[in-house]
Amino acid sequence: MKAKVYVTIKQNVLDPQGSAVQGALHSMGFGEVGRVRIGKYLELELETSDRAEAETRLKTMCEKLLANTVVEDYRFELEG
Amino acid sequence: MKFAVLVFPGSNCDIDCYKAVEDTIGQEVDYVWHTATDLSAYDAILVPGGFSYGDYLRCGAIARFAPVMSEVVKAAEQGKFILGICNGFQILTEAGLLPGALLRNSGMQFRCHSALLEVVNNATPFTNQFAKGEIVDIPIAHGEGNYYCDEETLAKLEANGQVVFRYKAGANPNGSVNGIAGICSERGNVVGMMPHPERAIDQLLGSEDGKRMFTSILNAWRERHGAAVNG
Repeated sequence: MKAKVYVTIKQNVLDPQGSAVQGALHSMGFGEVGRVRIGKYLELELETSDRAEAETRLKTMCEKLLANTVVEDYRFELEG
Repeated sequence: MKFAVLVFPGSNCDIDCYKAVEDTIGQEVDYVWHTATDLSAYDAILVPGGFSYGDYLRCGAIARFAPVMSEVVKAAEQGKFILGICNGFQILTEAGLLPGALLRNSGMQFRCHSALLEVVNNATPFTNQFAKGEIVDIPIAHGEGNYYCDEETLAKLEANGQVVFRYKAGANPNGSVNGIAGICSERGNVVGMMPHPERAIDQLLGSEDGKRMFTSILNAWRERHGAAVNG
């Protein structure tokens, strides 16, 4: 089974990388760009066919290591 | 008194910390590898700066699960002195030994220069040789030193006197909330800070204000163990 994990900085937390990219896009003439947020995308191969178990374990992985829940949100998708 | 300087793959201020202990207070000091499972021989643990595990995923995120870290948690519970500098501070927040998190500097720049700090709390084992409100010169070198915590945590830190150092008013280099440069645990025995006191132990380095953090630790340890201790 394949898991796609998305980690993003919480909405109320400053994202300097996103702001810098927004500024660059504006200076390139893409003035229509509003807020930009940059996050992380992770692909994990899971050797299990038990979807419920995979979800539980992924949640634990996210909360312990993949995201810092003080400043980041996470979500994941399971495929297969 | 015996010091441990933890070494993770990617630590690069470990030698500076070791030398600072040797040169400022002449106490015993060992490098302790991240795989170590016993810190019982040590009175103080220094978690040095650098880029542990390449800062992959997040600064300090992987180091926090190194075997030695469960010993650091134990040592913190026992009231031993623990100082995390720069990447060490990031590791201590990731480990939950200190609240909050370090974000990317608000200006996106890696900031590497001397910084003026206000000593907010001089009652910790690391700051007892400073005067409250004193301005000290200790360099910074970080890209992710923007201290962040939620409002409730911030109110608690301020009310409990857990803010140890603040960047001098108007000189916040990274966007930290309330200009915070260093904090301590509720008991005060765990301190984390972004500036590098180990790089400010001689005028040749531009400042010797960092020296007093090391003499503070020795002073606190001696007080704790009675005046009979020599050396």
